[in-house]
Amino acid sequence: MRAALVVGKYVALLAFVCFFLMPVYVMVITALKDPAQVSVARMWDLPDTVSLDGFRAVWPKLQNGFVNSVLLAVPVSVVSALLGAANGFVLSKWRFPGADFVFPLILFGMFIPYQSVLIPMVQLMSTVGLQGGLDGLILVHIIYGLPITTLIFRSYFTGISDELIDAAKVDGAGMLRTFLYVALPIAPPAFAVAMIWQFTSAWNDFLFGVMLTSTDYWPITVALNNIAGGQQVPFHQVMASALLACVPTLLVYVLLGRFFMRGLMAGALKG
Amino acid sequence: MAGIRLERVTKRFRGGVVAVRDVDLDVAPGEFMVLVGPSGCGKSTLLRMIAGLEPVSGGRIFLGEKDVTDHLPQERDVAMVFQSYALYPRMSVRRNLGFGLRMRRTARVERERRVAEVASVLGLEHLLDRRPGALSGGQRQRVAMGRAIVREPKAFLMDEPLSNLDAKLRVSMRAQLSLLHQRLGTTTVYVTHDQVEAMTLGQRVAVLRDGTLQQYDTPQNLFRHPVNLFVAAFIGSPAMNLVHASVSGGAVSFAGTRLPAPSALSDVDRRVVLGIRPTGFSPSADNGWPTLEVVPEIVEELGDERYVIFELDAPRVDTEAVHAALEAQSADDALLLPENRARFTVRLPADVPVSVGEPLRLAVNPERLYAFDQDTGAALS
Repeated sequence: MRAALVVGKYVALLAFVCFFLMPVYVMVITALKDPAQVSVARMWDLPDTVSLDGFRAVWPKLQNGFVNSVLLAVPVSVVSALLGAANGFVLSKWRFPGADFVFPLILFGMFIPYQSVLIPMVQLMSTVGLQGGLDGLILVHIIYGLPITTLIFRSYFTGISDELIDAAKVDGAGMLRTFLYVALPIAPPAFAVAMIWQFTSAWNDFLFGVMLTSTDYWPITVALNNIAGGQQVPFHQVMASALLACVPTLLVYVLLGRFFMRGLMAGALKG
Repeated sequence: MAGIRLERVTKRFRGGVVAVRDVDLDVAPGEFMVLVGPSGCGKSTLLRMIAGLEPVSGGRIFLGEKDVTDHLPQERDVAMVFQSYALYPRMSVRRNLGFGLRMRRTARVERERRVAEVASVLGLEHLLDRRPGALSGGQRQRVAMGRAIVREPKAFLMDEPLSNLDAKLRVSMRAQLSLLHQRLGTTTVYVTHDQVEAMTLGQRVAVLRDGTLQQYDTPQNLFRHPVNLFVAAFIGSPAMNLVHASVSGGAVSFAGTRLPAPSALSDVDRRVVLGIRPTGFSPSADNGWPTLEVVPEIVEELGDERYVIFELDAPRVDTEAVHAALEAQSADDALLLPENRARFTVRLPADVPVSVGEPLRLAVNPERLYAFDQDTGAALS
């Protein structure tokens, strides 16, 4: 009876995995197909010969957007994680009068949909002369990322023993040095979470990118849309573009994901 | 090195809870002072106020001659050892030790010299490049101690630093702490809930209960002359034996026994709580002391001596003060059998023959009788 349950559980899980991997499977095999083999009727078949034709065809059109997106997502994830760490620290371990009021206010930012601020934001950015380039887009993403990164770091620092912060105070460190020397070095797990989140959301954003940048600075999502949205685009090219566009986020997840692990606090406390 | 003086220090938390009430304390320069009391008595809060980690709600704190009441922790030259050790997890032992000096901008050469010196005193040289995660409990404890020593502060503040060690290590660390204090001579305020630790370490001990200072004196005086029932029941192990008694005509009577009253009570006529230390009895009666006959109920063998426990035909003393004091010592020591009779514990040498159920005649040292007011708990002698 128990064995049957276990087997049933794994069969169900496997079915879910297949279900989720189906589109990924189609994307990968179609991207690798020769243009002649691409057809809806044979979409599930493996390619007879592996062809990089699709990649070769779309890369020149994606290249510029790809670079723009890297230039966008890297500073966005680093800066908003750092600012979020500072926010999280003062909201949990170096509390100031009114912290309980400020924190919900910051969190509130998470629930404002992009669409609702879009028009005033574009107007503001063009007034201050930041519309059209990447700098304005970076700024917007950093600010939009602060609520979530603040939340991540506040939760993380709340779990840190107060005695550690007290020890730094008695040892003579003020707020800034306690943050830099004691709090930041133990925060890599929170950095991993915040940076994966921020990198992914900056990379995947379409709306802000298309509204705030001119053609030269379009991020990859806009470039991808231009390829996929065309009338007569071969499927293998669309799939190759999509694959290229999602590689960096996967890479960030694989590289930073190992910092998710617990145990960086080992030895600080009685243990 | 400097003394510490507290003047009417009070801590009122938001919501009105008073954790520390009007505490006056004076720690002499170089003195080892222990703050002891049951958990929740405000001793840690008091220590944190001396460190500057907790703002005071009233009163003044002096470090040496300087009023530091409104100074930030980093402006007071004190070092603290925490219960959890609070070592910086991402720094090596060397950097943990040197952190306080670095924050105070001590020159690098001087810093390295002092870290090396303290490491050799504490036997940490071979561990200097390890991280705290790679150390045992005792080693972490020494690093925490070293981090305080290396700064050569005006005072050490220690918040139950031994409570995370196992019993054996705790005893040896206790002795090492005493040695260390003899060598360094730094003013120390040490917080503990363990009265044995307090008695063995402290030159003077301050007993706190519910945020109020009960008595501040040498361990000897706390033991010999407790000012109230709480201190009497709290200090000493095994705890003082207590029984309701009445005094009249120069005699104390309880549970069918009459003893001559101590001189201080010779002309009073009232009901009291009578206290006798387990060591206040002797097996023979040829020294002229009054005697009482008891029937041993439990005999605990300890090698050189034994504890003999017997029941008295009198109700158990169950005032709030006694409750609080005993609870602190055996926090989770729930009663196996319902106890509503008073039980006495007596310490006797092992060469006196004792067996359970055999009547035994014990002499009571009349000089070691204590009497307390039944309502206020104040000592009456």
